[in-house]
Amino acid sequence: MIGAILPDGSNLSHANPVAGLIACRTCDALWRDDRPAPGERMRCPRCRAVLRTSRPAALDRVLAFALATPPLMAIALTASFLTLSGGGARQEASVIDAANAVAHANTWPLALAVGALIVALPLLRALALAYVLLPIRLGRGPARRAARAFRLAVELRPWAMAEIFLIGVAVVLVKVSGLASVSLGPAFWSFVTLAALALMEDAALCERSVWDLIR
Amino acid sequence: MRAQRLGSDPLTAAAVVTARESGLIACTTCGKVWSPEAEICGHCETPLITRPAQGLSPVWAWLVAGILLYIPANMWPMLITRTLGREDASTILGGVVELTQLGSYGVAFIVFFASIVIPVAKFTAIAVLVLAVRHEIAMSQTRLTHLYEVVEFIGRWSMIDIFVVAILAALVQLGFLASLAPGPAAACFALSVTFTMLSAKAFDTRLIWDRIGETK
Repeated sequence: MIGAILPDGSNLSHANPVAGLIACRTCDALWRDDRPAPGERMRCPRCRAVLRTSRPAALDRVLAFALATPPLMAIALTASFLTLSGGGARQEASVIDAANAVAHANTWPLALAVGALIVALPLLRALALAYVLLPIRLGRGPARRAARAFRLAVELRPWAMAEIFLIGVAVVLVKVSGLASVSLGPAFWSFVTLAALALMEDAALCERSVWDLIR
Repeated sequence: MRAQRLGSDPLTAAAVVTARESGLIACTTCGKVWSPEAEICGHCETPLITRPAQGLSPVWAWLVAGILLYIPANMWPMLITRTLGREDASTILGGVVELTQLGSYGVAFIVFFASIVIPVAKFTAIAVLVLAVRHEIAMSQTRLTHLYEVVEFIGRWSMIDIFVVAILAALVQLGFLASLAPGPAAACFALSVTFTMLSAKAFDTRLIWDRIGETK
């Protein structure tokens, strides 16, 4: 079945990929590059890895998530993250306040790492996705270096950890619950939304479809 | 045993042709298939390698680094609390015990799972995967692939405790809490998790499936 499409060597070109074939990234098996019906997933028959999904609305959704990330991140950084009250006093703090306070303490390397994992890398990933998908959506053809930007977005995914940070916040709330009363502000909910968007984006994104649109 | 398993599978070695067997190179990023002379995928610009030249050494190297750092991460204090001149240092496990003493069993379980169970399971799983490439292991390729997917998916969740320590440290700086500081274990643990993630990333799952061809 595959043999019929396999090149015999004479029609191999260095500039173009072998037409009509797709390789499973997990097990290297070759398959005919069929397009699944809308809403379907095509899996590698050998190792069950997803080869391709087809959801026409998915790219729009991914683009919407990417565009929503910067404003939500702005809220998450500047608005009140938590309010602590006890003994008649109330104190509010945002993530920026926390960063300022920590900048002068000797724990700044830890704060820097956390800032990268929950702010810088998710933001960079969203910008890279928007850079790739927006021109395509507007019908202008792929942006310059779109392939590089999309690879960056794909590689950054495991390192963007907003959802894990939220579990950390929950653990802290329990740990300090005996010491003071803490309430969560809009910045916290902004982080919750960011984490939810990242998860939905993961589910919607079919990397192969984006690669097809880039070249 | 392996042959039997293959025989019962409708997709036997004969039915599947890999890019390598066909003398082609597949891109591990976008799945496009190239002639063997191509060095970089013309589609997504990923360097093309039919199989990693250094074999499994990068996987082992990151794994060993991760395991070595995990030892001080558990021996040294994660969090140091100073109250009224008294210094109290708690390790990762000590923090879990404290949480159970607070009666927060759910949260204690989450921290225990993220900081102890996941890292140890991940070290073991990566070692199993690497060994399965060279040695006969009583697990099917499909199960090994699943194992890899689980390792990739779950590894990041170990970072929970790092976020907890960082938030607590920030609360102290903001004057919300009494004196408290991250201990040396925090850096070791964060690096251990990072290195294990890099170890999993360096593993090429195609190596698991290559063995089917060899037994033909």
